[in-house]
Amino acid sequence: MGLDRHPVERYTVWIKNAVRGDLGMAARGGATINSMVKSRLPNSALLAVVAFLIAVPTSLLAGVLAGTRPDTKLDRILSIGSLLAISIPEFIIGVILMMVFATKLGWFPSSSILLPGETILGTPKILVLPTLTITGALFAYILRMARANVIEVMESNYVRTAILKGLSMRQVVFKHVLPNAMIPTITVIANNVGWMFGGIIVVEFVFAYPGIGSLLIMAIDTRDMRLLQSTALVIAAIYAFANLAADLLYGLLNPRVRVGQ
Amino acid sequence: MNANTVREKATAVQMLVSTLAKITDLLKIPLRTSSGRIGLAILAVYSIVVIFGPWLTPYIPTEYDLDHRFESPSLNHLFGTDHNGRDVLSRVIAGARSIVFISVIGTALGIFLGTLIGITSGYLGGWFDQIAMRAMDFLLSFPSLLLALLLITIGLQRTSLDESWLIIAVIGIAFTPNNSRVIRSAALTIKPLEFVQNARLRGEPLYHIVLREILPNIVPVIGVEASLRLSFALLLTASLGFLGLGVQPPTPDWGLMVNESRTHLSLAPWASLAPAFAMGTLVIGVNLFADGIRQSLQLPEDRGQK
Repeated sequence: MGLDRHPVERYTVWIKNAVRGDLGMAARGGATINSMVKSRLPNSALLAVVAFLIAVPTSLLAGVLAGTRPDTKLDRILSIGSLLAISIPEFIIGVILMMVFATKLGWFPSSSILLPGETILGTPKILVLPTLTITGALFAYILRMARANVIEVMESNYVRTAILKGLSMRQVVFKHVLPNAMIPTITVIANNVGWMFGGIIVVEFVFAYPGIGSLLIMAIDTRDMRLLQSTALVIAAIYAFANLAADLLYGLLNPRVRVGQ
Repeated sequence: MNANTVREKATAVQMLVSTLAKITDLLKIPLRTSSGRIGLAILAVYSIVVIFGPWLTPYIPTEYDLDHRFESPSLNHLFGTDHNGRDVLSRVIAGARSIVFISVIGTALGIFLGTLIGITSGYLGGWFDQIAMRAMDFLLSFPSLLLALLLITIGLQRTSLDESWLIIAVIGIAFTPNNSRVIRSAALTIKPLEFVQNARLRGEPLYHIVLREILPNIVPVIGVEASLRLSFALLLTASLGFLGLGVQPPTPDWGLMVNESRTHLSLAPWASLAPAFAMGTLVIGVNLFADGIRQSLQLPEDRGQK
């Protein structure tokens, strides 16, 4: 491993190889870090994508429902529920879900450990609780943003004009409120991709889910600095791309921030 | 005693009284709304627990009692006992101190740095603003939990600081970028106003303009930002504890308590639920308090990022 050489030299060698796509060997187990990342990254991606696909549409819908009817019973319930959910760290949501659905009801396994030869898609049951945990946290957060933005737009002059000129509520909401309320909401969602990465690390640890987050924690526990460096690099790179994608999406949705042409 | 010292003392007393009045005025702001009142009540209860914690625990929080493991909640043990027979209620009470201490000091550090950088770069603009904001962008390019994990792992190996101080430093560093962005944009709205330009033309030094002209006018923004960040700090500290990188045993830590007892969920669910409940109510209290300030000052709804 070249431990006799200067740290700066070791780092230069590692980063040169990393740029070429070779992250080196792990300190333990004799496997290359590349193969470890390759086997775990798709699992994390699956978890993130499924959670996102469930959370974003449902929470936007709930946020609009609550925002267009402020101070009704539905709005109160959603607001209090989401306040609860954002006040609880992901690992507690995870442990409570585990308590109810794994220990008490026995519907889903409490850990997501894969036996050799098994894949996530072959045993979809292990995906359920981790996904629910991330979805729960995301749902509450996006709902609050969407609700706040919808309420703000509902108070604007152009929405009042639209209502006064006799448009039906449905037309007002879809034509005037939604497009304007969604832009800031989507920005916030995009800005929180990074926080979701943190959440995924914790959730993977709770359920022993075989993803990149639990690999990172394993690297910390075994003090394998090269593995830690590599997983951190991979996560940070994905995060940077996610942010770039979010910025581009924002430009697509909001013509005002487009520059050039 | 001559007349001068009497006068000096009188001014000192006056200043003290006016500062106290200002503080009570500030505390009245969240009391104007119901969520602020509930939040303040919850925070008051937790302040008592944090300050008087060591005298409130019915048992010694770290004492093993292997004859009474996994006892369900009873009058002897209100929240039951854990896998080592330790009283869960005592551990929850004792654990409040470290998490609150770490989160409050860490948030204060982040707010301090963020305010300093935010106002200065908002007021100065130009190259200072560019460099400071790009440095903040660099810190923002890591998810905050990842940044925390990396800094703590490195810190434990390279420095002799213990976990508490490392987490405080990490919270401070991780929260500075977002704080400084928010405070910078608030400072930008104050900068063009006449009294700031007036002070500049008078030739006041930079620190005077930053601290005496701009700062007092953005205190509400800082207050909301601080209470919001405090709830994130609590969540981050708890998550780090859960991952085993928080306060080390035998000091009770809520996150670590949940982690240790989650393997005994079927035997002793209360050992996980009690710290989880404490965590939840504390953060709800902070969030309600922040909501209260925001609503009564009519500041826009939180659009910040975690």
